[in-house]
Amino acid sequence: MDLYKSSAHELHEKLVKKEISSVELTNSVYNRIDQVEKDVKAYLTLDRENALGQAAKVDKMLANGEKIAPLAGIPGAIKDNISTKGLRTTCSSKMLEHFTPIYDAHVIQKLRADEAIFLGKTNMDEFAMGSTTETSYFQTTHNPWNLERVPGGSSGGSAAAVVAGEAIWALGSDTGGSIRQPASFTGCVGIKPTYGRVSRYGCVAFASSLDQIGPITRDVTDAATVLNTICGVCTMDSTSLHEDVPDFTKALTTDVKGLRIGVPKEYYAAGLDPKVDGVLKKALADYEAMGAEIVDVSLPHTEYAVITYYIIAPAEASANLARFDGVRYGYRNMKATSAPEMTTASRTEGFGAEVKRRIMLGTYVLSSGYYDAYYLKAMQVRTLIRQDFAKAFEQCDVLLTPTSPVVAYPIDGKMDPLAIYLLDVCTIPVNLAGLPGISVPAGFVDGMPVGMQLIGKVLDEETVLRAAYAFEQSHDYHKVMAPLGGK
Amino acid sequence: MKVTAKEVKHIANLSRLTVPDSEMEKFTEQFNQILNYADILQELDTNGIVPTPYVLPISNVLREDIAVEGVSHEDALLNAPDVHNGGFKVPRVIE
Repeated sequence: MDLYKSSAHELHEKLVKKEISSVELTNSVYNRIDQVEKDVKAYLTLDRENALGQAAKVDKMLANGEKIAPLAGIPGAIKDNISTKGLRTTCSSKMLEHFTPIYDAHVIQKLRADEAIFLGKTNMDEFAMGSTTETSYFQTTHNPWNLERVPGGSSGGSAAAVVAGEAIWALGSDTGGSIRQPASFTGCVGIKPTYGRVSRYGCVAFASSLDQIGPITRDVTDAATVLNTICGVCTMDSTSLHEDVPDFTKALTTDVKGLRIGVPKEYYAAGLDPKVDGVLKKALADYEAMGAEIVDVSLPHTEYAVITYYIIAPAEASANLARFDGVRYGYRNMKATSAPEMTTASRTEGFGAEVKRRIMLGTYVLSSGYYDAYYLKAMQVRTLIRQDFAKAFEQCDVLLTPTSPVVAYPIDGKMDPLAIYLLDVCTIPVNLAGLPGISVPAGFVDGMPVGMQLIGKVLDEETVLRAAYAFEQSHDYHKVMAPLGGK
Repeated sequence: MKVTAKEVKHIANLSRLTVPDSEMEKFTEQFNQILNYADILQELDTNGIVPTPYVLPISNVLREDIAVEGVSHEDALLNAPDVHNGGFKVPRVIE
């Protein structure tokens, strides 16, 4: 049997019943990687020996009759901006090509404590700046539904690995949509938790007020399972929320009777592919048939969200990426004869074009004379965007929108930076407001998957997961494997 | 045009980056494209609106003042591009 095709919760049952071993499962996934990785290019680093050692350890625990955690012995993939002690972590940048972390991210500590297995590190847009995984210094990841198309980004490697059978679950990070948009483009589930739910300790900082780590999985149950493991208070992250973490799997019921689903008209505006719109209208009709109530709402400042984000995120990035100076770690130009020259040459050669563009944009909007017009203004508009959501949530429990206005597009690098930025319109406002959002497969357009986004109130991942689960269980989209076609 | 090639050069210097002359024209054009688009924010009256730097209602987060083990000397140097006598080695800073 092809174990790599199963979900984490099914595999956990099989492990506990001793129908399979973790070594057998881990080998099944690595064999799959050996077969398809040359076409998908999801991984930057594989850690086969340690993974199989860990699997053997879990098998021993099972043989001893020990109780194991839901992710114990189940192999997953980690986005390459999440620190893994002793395992190369590059952020898909030449800057960190040879960087080996000296500590584990908080989420990795938690997953290790639960005996989860790490297959390797996945490709991404450089420093998570991009929506296609094309800005990676090392390679372009291919969409397993059509290998000539992008998998989305920036967590494109993690999403592609999950749908190609190269990982059972994965971690991504989401600053403006980097979990949800690739989940949408590749037909899997991706959730960005409420800001502060998951510690950012050990996630290489891009935009600190927006970054959140989250799961990318084959189904909603697995998303809730991974979320259970990674959420929680962390003393190393001052923005970690001191809130109780519920058992998210308890929220998974198919009962959406009386659930008020808000439909913000601004997300169904010009630019939305009419076929994607059709898929979403069908989803709304399905929810209505299940007893949910559909409510029209408005988020009037939506059109300002993209530029607000592209001021705030680069501003924060310009400060965060100032640490790459060629002195303590990262790439260094060895020919420079003075320290300032060394720093400038190292950064110029170590960073790719998109990263440089954002650092400079951020430097500009923070510089004297422009701070008020750009950065302060953007932080004020961010308040207006938050207020929009607060008002909308007076009328509904959850919002249903497209995750992206389009399906995955061809790998050709032809789009302008601004044109790509504007496609993030549906996911960005959620980060600006710090809300939880999930992308769930909702159907197909011309053979490519379409994701729908469900947005919840602060700390209300449970309603988001329940709505997602109810939809998933009344359809079969999560059971279809990506065909690895298109070539 | 919001910024000229000369200003882009200045911003690059502030960012400790260089934009090669061959890419300057395209870079300046893309930079201006984004800044021009930012003009739509000026449509909004934000007088008196409190800015949101962070969505959480937190300010200073303190921990107990107890010494904990930090990064070891060996670990700190593990990823260093150049090391000399147990320290980070860099090119000359002052003449």
